[in-house]
Amino acid sequence: MKLSIRALMGACAVGAIGTFAMAETTITVATVNNGDMVRMQGLMDDFYAKHPDIKVEWVTLEENVLRQNVTTDIAAGGGQYDVITIGTYEVPIWGKLGWLESLNDLPADYDVDDLLPAIRGGLTVDGNLYASPFYGESSFVNYRKDLAEKAGITIPDAPTWDDIKAAAAAMTDTEAGIYGICLRGKAGWGENMAFLTTMANSYGARWFDENWQPQFDQPEWKAVMTDYVELLTKYGPPGASNNGYNENLTLSLQGKCAMRMDATVSAGALTDPAQSEFADKVGFALAPDAGLGKRANWLWAWSLAIPASSDAKDAAKTFINWATNKEYLALVASKEGWGNVPPGTRTSLYANPEYAALPFAKMTIDSINAADPTNPATKPVPYVGVQFVAIPEFAGLATSVGEIFSAALAGQKTVDEALAEAQALAVAEMTAAGYIK
Amino acid sequence: MARAHSPRRKLLTTLAAWTVALIIFFPVLWMILTSFKTEPSAVAMPPEFLSADWTLENYAEVWARSDYPRFFWNSVVISVGSTLLGLLIAIPAAWAMAFVPGKKTKDLLMWMLSTKMMPAVAVMIPLYLLFLKFGLIDTRIGLVIALMLMNLPIIIWMLYTYFKEIPGEILEASRMDGASLWGEIVHVLTPMALPGIASTMLLNIILAWNEAFWTIVLTTTKAAPLSAFIASFSAPQGLFYAKLSAASAMAILPILILGWFSQKQLVRGLTFGAVK
Repeated sequence: MKLSIRALMGACAVGAIGTFAMAETTITVATVNNGDMVRMQGLMDDFYAKHPDIKVEWVTLEENVLRQNVTTDIAAGGGQYDVITIGTYEVPIWGKLGWLESLNDLPADYDVDDLLPAIRGGLTVDGNLYASPFYGESSFVNYRKDLAEKAGITIPDAPTWDDIKAAAAAMTDTEAGIYGICLRGKAGWGENMAFLTTMANSYGARWFDENWQPQFDQPEWKAVMTDYVELLTKYGPPGASNNGYNENLTLSLQGKCAMRMDATVSAGALTDPAQSEFADKVGFALAPDAGLGKRANWLWAWSLAIPASSDAKDAAKTFINWATNKEYLALVASKEGWGNVPPGTRTSLYANPEYAALPFAKMTIDSINAADPTNPATKPVPYVGVQFVAIPEFAGLATSVGEIFSAALAGQKTVDEALAEAQALAVAEMTAAGYIK
Repeated sequence: MARAHSPRRKLLTTLAAWTVALIIFFPVLWMILTSFKTEPSAVAMPPEFLSADWTLENYAEVWARSDYPRFFWNSVVISVGSTLLGLLIAIPAAWAMAFVPGKKTKDLLMWMLSTKMMPAVAVMIPLYLLFLKFGLIDTRIGLVIALMLMNLPIIIWMLYTYFKEIPGEILEASRMDGASLWGEIVHVLTPMALPGIASTMLLNIILAWNEAFWTIVLTTTKAAPLSAFIASFSAPQGLFYAKLSAASAMAILPILILGWFSQKQLVRGLTFGAVK
């Protein structure tokens, strides 16, 4: 009888331990809807096989809605999200505010030293890595090689702005519906201002001087805006002031943009025969410079981070380690091919001969390496960020300035009027925010 | 006596009505057409119609990628629940305002309506904190309460307008016959005002179904309705318009059907008391 009771108690204990060990932790992952994120959701079987004790629930939202919801939740300490997808703009701001959990203690197999230095630098604040990059991107030039050949020109791998202007003029054939250059014109801090800020960096312009004084009244900005408006007015598609990333990508896929400057992440679509009939005619080049030592390329990464309010931080770190580890890249390659691997995060990916053989791999890594978020302009600046200024006020201010510049492109105001208006607005905003004493 | 209309005038009026209807309906029609195109075809410039690549793949992908039935059920519970709860509060409130008005009744009605003019984002943080405190974030009951509060002024206004048309003498007579207050509202007023209550209910179900601010802010996974389902198919980069259109069509279809079959009641409810 005693034996039976002991056996029963033992069985109960084992059962209890087993139940405890298998207790399921549910984490909520907030993400944006893009191809790489959707692909990850399709590969979750691998994660569940390795971590059966963690259940993942997804919240997929539009970028701005996600930003609003996550900001509200973190500010209120809600703890609704355990893993969030955030951009390079938010990480330094939110990291400084103490809203994010440090990822310095991820396991050794995460191999933090394998992260691309430029990307890692943009996600690190005071020595703390606050987000793990899921995919990274820069910007570069893509063009139709057949049109360049027809026009009798060669676009160098590392062009200058003069090369770009000459190529745009040579390849424009409006009667045939071919536009020499497509650039972002739609207003928004992540649309026209992302492009114009990088163009400004290469022209020797900057948003603010060392004392946070706006610089739109300087001759460098006038040169930027004059060339930008002239390029798109003479050689751009009609209604260029309404075109953002998606519109210009569509025109490129249809072969109507002879040349375009935009995100390196679009290389996959441009070289995919299922999406573009000009897939085998696409050439790539670095973003141009003006001979001042800075190219007009940006740096961006969609990264995974843990809000400080999460109550499942360990499970969240396990998930982030899986999703952004080298092993995950190999998993995607084995299931969907190297062309579908999330780009721009790890040095080892670009050392892989199979990946390096892709037509856009070298230009992507060269573009990313050419960006320096801590030293974006030719003159000294008090901020971090290549195509943005990592301060909370930037998104609102840049969107307003973007609307002014978009109006200049649409011909509703002159370049001088637009710059004067942008300067007055920036001075007022920065004074109100306390940057200008 | 009704005025006689010439055939020419009738034709012109009919043409004008059809043109206006088509202009209003065109965005919905274009969305439905886009949902059957491939992604490149959906964004082609100039827009493609006859030469478009037609496909059902967007619907298949949207269905495969999301738990549509869960989003749909949440929408049903939230919109119907918030409307019924709203009616429960609004019927007695509208009765009081219509049949025993005080000096400040008109002011009260105007104040209630003025709350609808406040931008939702102004109360986002306080409401979020309250919901957090009471454990209502990402719950259906939380959204039922939020949407009920949001639509309550409209429900009360609509019912008040309707109740004002009912002669007070009938209620007085029922009181003289010994009806209690409860009996007066439930057995006399409600049956007489049933068409008005029905149109109010329909309109508020539609308003709650289409609400896309609070339903996204106050939910994550469990209580998220179809508005969140649509939002999940928008993207920062890449081609997504065809799939977004398919998701939107799937989200609006149930309410479109409801609206179609109840259009008479809706029009009656919206125009009641407009011509006096």
